[in-house]
Amino acid sequence: MSRVYINGISSISPQPERVFEGLEPHVSKENILHAVDLNYKSVIKPIMLRRMSKAVKMSLYCSKMALKDANVQIPDAILVGTGQGCMQDTEKFMGNMLDSEEGLLSPTSFIQSTHNTVGGQIALDLNCTGHNLTFTQNSVSFESALIDTQLQFEDPDVENILVGGVDETSEKFTGFQTLDGQIKKEKIRNINLYNSNTPGTIISESAAFFTLGSEKKSTSYAEFIDVGIFNSIDVSDISSKIQKFLKRNGVSFEDIDVVILGRNGDHRFDKYYDEIQNGIFSGKSQLGFKHMVGENNAVSSYAFWMGAKILKEKKIPENFKLNTLNCDVPQKILIYNQYLGRNHGFILLQSL
Amino acid sequence: MSDLHTELKKSIIEQLNLEDMEVSDIENDEHLFGDGLGLDSIDALELIVLLEKDYGIKLTDPNQGKEIFNSVNTIADFIEKNRAK
Repeated sequence: MSRVYINGISSISPQPERVFEGLEPHVSKENILHAVDLNYKSVIKPIMLRRMSKAVKMSLYCSKMALKDANVQIPDAILVGTGQGCMQDTEKFMGNMLDSEEGLLSPTSFIQSTHNTVGGQIALDLNCTGHNLTFTQNSVSFESALIDTQLQFEDPDVENILVGGVDETSEKFTGFQTLDGQIKKEKIRNINLYNSNTPGTIISESAAFFTLGSEKKSTSYAEFIDVGIFNSIDVSDISSKIQKFLKRNGVSFEDIDVVILGRNGDHRFDKYYDEIQNGIFSGKSQLGFKHMVGENNAVSSYAFWMGAKILKEKKIPENFKLNTLNCDVPQKILIYNQYLGRNHGFILLQSL
Repeated sequence: MSDLHTELKKSIIEQLNLEDMEVSDIENDEHLFGDGLGLDSIDALELIVLLEKDYGIKLTDPNQGKEIFNSVNTIADFIEKNRAK
């Protein structure tokens, strides 16, 4: 595989982008966080925009921005990771089905309800006929798309790949998540998430897309080194699994400068993070992001966006710090995320 | 403009999510597809459902669609001649 560089990035989340620069974060008292609304009409034709659900809007917007950032017109492949897909349209057509007693249905929401609507709409807009795949693997959906990215770059003819993660919130599905105990029963302010000692978390919607290329540019953000997925790990094994993942890349845990962790305030499963925060990474700068942007199946793509920015700007964002340790010149970042104690994803990034 | 024309325009705007459009923005003889309003094949499917749901008209010959959905005038004419409700 050729070396893979992060050449363009873009994200949409419940926080404004400048929260990274230290802007006061948006504080929500609700346990379901909605992504900020941007001026989608500035980059998407209104005639196209009218039918798009939030996931499609966010993804297309981010895709165009990430490609523009890398000065790439059409990528060789489009890879999307999404855990829930276009859930808003799914709920819409199922609701219509019930209302009409399985009679006449409006076709649009049905057509747009599939998970791969996102990748399809991006391809249609860009007129991109290249490899196009959508990965749905719970909380490692984005990581799965990254594995395909690595495979695609085995082909020397592949120069640029658009890869991203997206998930949207929808009324019924978040209702199920509440019933299932995935969302906290008590109302909590997002910035107090890590002080919580109860089950569940705060759920959100977000999208982050990247132009990854085989060519390093003067404007590149960082190098994407590797990604690993483990469906099941015991808490007692998490440190050794991480060390094994790092070792296959010739890296020791001591070489890691910053760890970005998917802590989500669910006391049942944050013990995975406790284990490494108090263990192998106790002397490292530790960052969290879910107290800012919430939890969803593709939110590790937001951590990827953070990692790329940190490595390019050489700045640890204050709003995301979990401890007081700093790092002046971050060289290597490890992203670790899991959800409900399952589907553990490791991503290794390196500065240029 | 007849009540049916106005009703049709309201339904088209609502059903096809034509945000930012008013009834007065659609001319009775304006082409709905192509260079006119710019509707596409998914919109055509929505219009077929609209005819059946609101007026009890089931299109049996898909080739008729091109002619019927040419403009609000042509749809209104077709509804007047064939409506079941």
